[in-house]
Amino acid sequence: MTETAAARDPTLAAAVRRATRGQRLAAAGLVAPLVLLLVCSLCLPIASLLGRAFYDPTMADGLPRTAAALAVDTGATVPGDAAFAALGADLAADLKDDTVFRVAQYLNTILPGSRSHVLRAARGARADAPYTRESLLAADPFWGEPDTWFIIRSGVKPFTSTYLLAAIDLQWLPTGGIGPVPPGQGIYRLIFLRTFLIAAAVTAITLVLGFPLAWLLATLPGTVASRLIMLVLLPFWTSILVRTAAWTVLLQKFGLLNDLLLWLGVTSGRMEFMYNRTGLLIAMTHIQLPFTLLPIYSVMRTIDPSQMRAAYSLGARPVSAFLRVYLPQVMPGVMGGCLLTFILCLGYFITPALVGGTADQLISNFISDYINVDLNWPMAASLSFILLGATLTLSLLFARLVGGGRVRIF
Amino acid sequence: MNDAQGKGAGGDALARFVGVDKSYDGQTLAVRGLTLDVAKGEFLTLLGPSGSGKTTTLNMLAGFERPTRGTILLAGRPVDRLPPYQRNIGMVFQNYALFPHMTVADNVAFPLSVRGVAKGEIAQRVKRALATVQLEAFAGRRPTQLSGGQQQRIALARALVFEPSLVLMDEPLGALDKKLREQMQIEIKLLHERLGLTVVYVTHDQSEALTMSDRVAIFHDGEVEQLGQPDELYDRPRTPFVAGFIGENNLMVGTVASLAGGLARVMLAGGIEVMATPAGALAPGAQTVIAVRPEAIHIAASAGGENTMPAIVRSRIYLGDHQRLLTEISNRLVIRVKVPAATHAAQDAPILLSWPAADCLAFPSAGLADVTLNEEWTRS
Ligand SMILES: Nc1ncnc2c1ncn2[C@@H]1O[C@H](COP(=O)(O)OP(=O)(O)OP(=O)(O)O)[C@@H](O)[C@H]1O
Ligand SMILES: [Mg+2]
Repeated sequence: MTETAAARDPTLAAAVRRATRGQRLAAAGLVAPLVLLLVCSLCLPIASLLGRAFYDPTMADGLPRTAAALAVDTGATVPGDAAFAALGADLAADLKDDTVFRVAQYLNTILPGSRSHVLRAARGARADAPYTRESLLAADPFWGEPDTWFIIRSGVKPFTSTYLLAAIDLQWLPTGGIGPVPPGQGIYRLIFLRTFLIAAAVTAITLVLGFPLAWLLATLPGTVASRLIMLVLLPFWTSILVRTAAWTVLLQKFGLLNDLLLWLGVTSGRMEFMYNRTGLLIAMTHIQLPFTLLPIYSVMRTIDPSQMRAAYSLGARPVSAFLRVYLPQVMPGVMGGCLLTFILCLGYFITPALVGGTADQLISNFISDYINVDLNWPMAASLSFILLGATLTLSLLFARLVGGGRVRIF
Repeated sequence: MNDAQGKGAGGDALARFVGVDKSYDGQTLAVRGLTLDVAKGEFLTLLGPSGSGKTTTLNMLAGFERPTRGTILLAGRPVDRLPPYQRNIGMVFQNYALFPHMTVADNVAFPLSVRGVAKGEIAQRVKRALATVQLEAFAGRRPTQLSGGQQQRIALARALVFEPSLVLMDEPLGALDKKLREQMQIEIKLLHERLGLTVVYVTHDQSEALTMSDRVAIFHDGEVEQLGQPDELYDRPRTPFVAGFIGENNLMVGTVASLAGGLARVMLAGGIEVMATPAGALAPGAQTVIAVRPEAIHIAASAGGENTMPAIVRSRIYLGDHQRLLTEISNRLVIRVKVPAATHAAQDAPILLSWPAADCLAFPSAGLADVTLNEEWTRS
């Protein structure tokens, strides 16, 4: 009663606000550095990286005259003389600025082999004799291909959906409209599916292994439990590379596990545990177990033993006491642990690269390759964008289903 | 037990401990040689200081702990192997142990739904149980949205709704403030009478034990030191520990000088001679502890009466309906005295204290552990 009355009294609310202003300022002051750090080190870099998924000014910067010419020449895919002349002038200017390689690289990632065509056309451009459609086609039929001009036409617009579409195996068709990429080229949907399935499998395995262990730890006296928690946390004290390498020693064809199984007579020949799905699941489960276990453990620790005793004394058999009294109270920890592991699994790339087979590479392996090997940042950004979007959607859906307050990480 | 009179007597014991020992660590006994009957319909309180084995006893009865030795019988049947969920015992925990993820109504419905009672009947019985504790309006709330006293009553409703044969309560009022505690004591007592419940109640608050119980078992160090009705424990304690634990008592060590005519002549330190009623086997020359309650002592007008001695008033506390005096007798021991509020007693004034030998008990001083003896007056 009194609370509702107070809520309706605006002067009281204002008085409370005034009285707590100092506290709120102090709190804001304490949080400010963290917020600043988060914005600078996380939000801004991620936003600028993800921006590359649909904003790529390479072509617009490199071919400004061509872009202007193409804007008015919208008849056929392959344009008329004006665009060819503009292309020649642009490429000659780029060659002088040393920026022609960017244009060449851009075309090359989409149309493999086009780099040499671009460079040749750039070197052949004369200021006194501008290219015409005829002259350039005679020199290099590459420039008469509709595909070439289709890519240039879409490339000179700095905002593009090409990469994002490619990240889900779609493309702009030369005939107009969006359609699937040619058969055999679309791999990303499969990779995304594989990534989510492996993440789900690791989450499930860590839950099955972690839940009983968390329960055991939570029922032990504090000192024993904290010592055992140390053992659970032991993996954190070594780097992920060392841990993965250790699994290699154990699991490889002539490794310890195979030796043991042979010696015990369980198997007759040496088994493959490495460079396949089995090895990947084992290694990822090992790394992720603490992430699933700890939130569950910390919630279990807060549940008073008298809860189960009360359930028993009220007539509940152990199974029904567990399902109706214990499990619902541990659920926030289970949800938190599973969500944590699932999301972390989506980002794995070192472990799949080291212990997985070719069919076990996850989406982050491709992102990493695009960044480190192919230098195709827009493609990396697009895959990241899709991954982030899917993860956020799943998390929100999940939070919606179980209720946001029912997820606890610690 | 010869003092198991009143409701505790007779063969209709609902629960029975026979020679029960309990050890957690294999070295010390938390409960020792416990033999105790709980009669149908009685309100039995286990009273004792912290760590004396009350909760352990209750947990063994509820089935959460197994006796190390001895047997527990419920309705005449040994229940050593009977799990708690088959004992049909309602329990109210000190922290209430309400299920935080369920509404109040679901909490109360829990024991019925695990028993497979039909939905319609559950609703009815829950409603009735909530009405009994006057909390029908709170059915849809979560336990965390209730005050301590309300939670306590929900825990009570939940423990009673399935009509258990026996209700156990482990310090159920421990977390409540004084006023609410007194109010809940009355409510629990009324429920006990109205529903004809059999209650085993644990507390370390002696006034709570005295006001509520039919019988009280005084626990000390894992053993039942005395079992009896409240007035019996108050008037006829059998050990110095019980004398000091129940109510207030002046406890002093002395030596038995002689025994005659059912009275003992006891010499206290400083050569003070006191006549006392033996409360156990005493022999001349043996050490003894005498106990006399503050309200048994009065201020005498003239010397020469029974147990009359000079004293000096050292401190006076006015309590409205009466006043307490801290007085110093000739051997410097402080004696607490309860006198009518109108009595005139000035600070440092000499007075004469007197008490009848019948109200002064002399115990064999075998066990003085946990017994707080009267101290000497120290000038500040
Ligand atoms: N689970 C346990 N493990 C080991 N020792 C225990 C356990 N429970 C109780 N004890 C010991 O047994 C003795 C009796 O404990 P118990 O809980 O029965 O006391 P209590 O009379 O209920 O005390 P309190 O008034 O403080 O609740 C104590 O010495 C205690 O340390
Ligand atoms: Mg206790």
